Amino acid sequence: MSTTATASHAGARQIPDRLRTPLQRFLGSWELLLLGVTVAVFVLNSFASPYFLDPWNLSDATFNFTEKALIAFAMALLIVSGEIDLSVASIIALASTAMGFAVQMGAETPVLVLIGLTVGLACGAFNGALVTGLGLPSIVVTIGTMSLFRGISYIVLGDKAYTGYPSDFAFFGQGYVWWVISFEFALFAVCAVLFAVLLHRTNFGRAVTAIGNNPVGALFSGIRVPKVKFALFLLTGLMSGVAAICLTSRLGATRPSIAFGWELEVVTMVVLGGVNILGGSGTIPGVVIAAFVMGMVTFGFGLLNVPGIVMSIFIGLLLIAVIALPRVARRVLAARKG
Amino acid sequence: MRTLVKSREAILAAAILVLVAAIATRFPGFVAPANLANVFNDTAPLILLALGQMAVILTRCIDLSVAANLALTGMVVALLNTMFPALPIPVILLVAVTLGAFMGLVNGLLVWKLDIPPIVVTLGTMTIYRGIIFLISDGAWINAHEMSDAFKAFPRAVVLGLPVLSWIALLMVAAFAVLITRTPLGRAFYAVGGNPHAAVYTGIDVGLTQCAAYVLSGALAGLTGYLWVARYAVAYVDIAGGFELEVVAACVIGGISIAGGIGTVGGALLGALFLGIVKNALPVVNISPFWQLAISGSAIIVAVAFNATSNRTKGRVILKKAEHAA
Repeated sequence: MSTTATASHAGARQIPDRLRTPLQRFLGSWELLLLGVTVAVFVLNSFASPYFLDPWNLSDATFNFTEKALIAFAMALLIVSGEIDLSVASIIALASTAMGFAVQMGAETPVLVLIGLTVGLACGAFNGALVTGLGLPSIVVTIGTMSLFRGISYIVLGDKAYTGYPSDFAFFGQGYVWWVISFEFALFAVCAVLFAVLLHRTNFGRAVTAIGNNPVGALFSGIRVPKVKFALFLLTGLMSGVAAICLTSRLGATRPSIAFGWELEVVTMVVLGGVNILGGSGTIPGVVIAAFVMGMVTFGFGLLNVPGIVMSIFIGLLLIAVIALPRVARRVLAARKG
Repeated sequence: MRTLVKSREAILAAAILVLVAAIATRFPGFVAPANLANVFNDTAPLILLALGQMAVILTRCIDLSVAANLALTGMVVALLNTMFPALPIPVILLVAVTLGAFMGLVNGLLVWKLDIPPIVVTLGTMTIYRGIIFLISDGAWINAHEMSDAFKAFPRAVVLGLPVLSWIALLMVAAFAVLITRTPLGRAFYAVGGNPHAAVYTGIDVGLTQCAAYVLSGALAGLTGYLWVARYAVAYVDIAGGFELEVVAACVIGGISIAGGIGTVGGALLGALFLGIVKNALPVVNISPFWQLAISGSAIIVAVAFNATSNRTKGRVILKKAEHAA
């Protein structure tokens, strides 16, 4: 998308005598920088407000990011493979509407969960089929399905809302597993591990990275590119369905405007986590830390009575700054070396 | 003749005519010239923004900050007007265009000088610009009675049977048609989007061209910001929320390729008109306005699928090419 043509003036490449050790790699990594930001945010917050370090408050704060992070994990894989899905928030709306509709028909909790997951998968399959089957650019397809999925919710619901979810359905968004550990946070932790293993320790994860780096090369090395991409869209749809269950359970009601604008926050989280928006690189631990940064910033500002829209300025600045700063730094260093 | 039948603009124009005709069979009032002029006037902001967005998309970028830019400029000129009611309209227009262009320049410089992917830049500036509106307005609304009469009257003033807002849209369409097809800058847009590497070798500065597209898009968003606020006589944080996607949708429906280098002014105009007609026709044919979102979403998907199948290379594919080598 941007001018990569001008980036190749580095001259003769120097080959180091030995590879950097894992520790050296970690010290120079994006994740460490992010971790520093998290710690700074944490310390500043605990000085700024006496209520910040209360375990129950911190536990409440995790709800700010767990649902978005669940989607961000799948989105990270999708972006690493060079695609994007902007319809995730609309999938939440559609899945939540379907669950609400089922409640009116008298469905019980297990059926509701099944419906949420199925709608998520179906939406993901629709996106995936359009992108891989017809070879369309994912950004346009998902801008379209973003309107379509939420549009269906609006057609069904209009200005009304579905309520009356069964009481045991509330567990997914309001229940606690152990002490201050909520079900959502536990789910977030389990998914973080699962996705980290999937991306960094399996053949599938290798294939995803390979596709993002060089789709043609990946194809010629025997990777079934369309199948992998289709699977990633399915996965993103499924995780949106999971997020829809959690969010609907937490709110206890469905409106067509549910989760409005979340797609941008999810993408911000992924990019903040160091995933290259052009594909080919990125780590799940980075996304996890980014989720904490965004959650803690939102929570800390909230305690200080800063309005939500001012927080969004901060998130926007953060998004641009974290990408711009390393580039500026590299340029300054290069200029100094001559 | 064959190229005319095959051209996307002709097909889209035919689709719009069929749509309008279908509505007219049941509601003849819809095609009354006065109503069509209303529909056009209603669509004018979308047309203006689609023109700027087209330039940006031609250079392989995207501008998601246009709606926030529009809202911020609208708020600034509304505040200016409440503080200095005597400020003449040309000054207001100048401020709006300059401020809009400046915000476009910020996008453009971030893309050009720091090489940050356009979608990331404009996602970021979108939230920042929206947030700034809140900071300068304290979240308060500026209502009709706080604006001066001259301020509100300008876009509605009727000249030769059409409101000024419509005339500005027409003028800008004409100006863009000239700019895109008859100037070196217009050709540079296509060159940069069609093949950035080749563009560099022909002496075109890719980054500068992209930056110019952003400035154009920003200036148009700023101009529209004033027109929007004056026409609806209200300014608040959330005006035109989500409008950026409608603008991108207009471009996609108009056949402007998101991969860059393909698209015409006529396409952008028709794409915007299509969405505008659908929006205005729904209440007339007694369909709930809640259908609009789903319809425009389906239109985008159909349009992009259609684009892809009509651009597909004929003949047997022996070696699969990169889908969209970025």
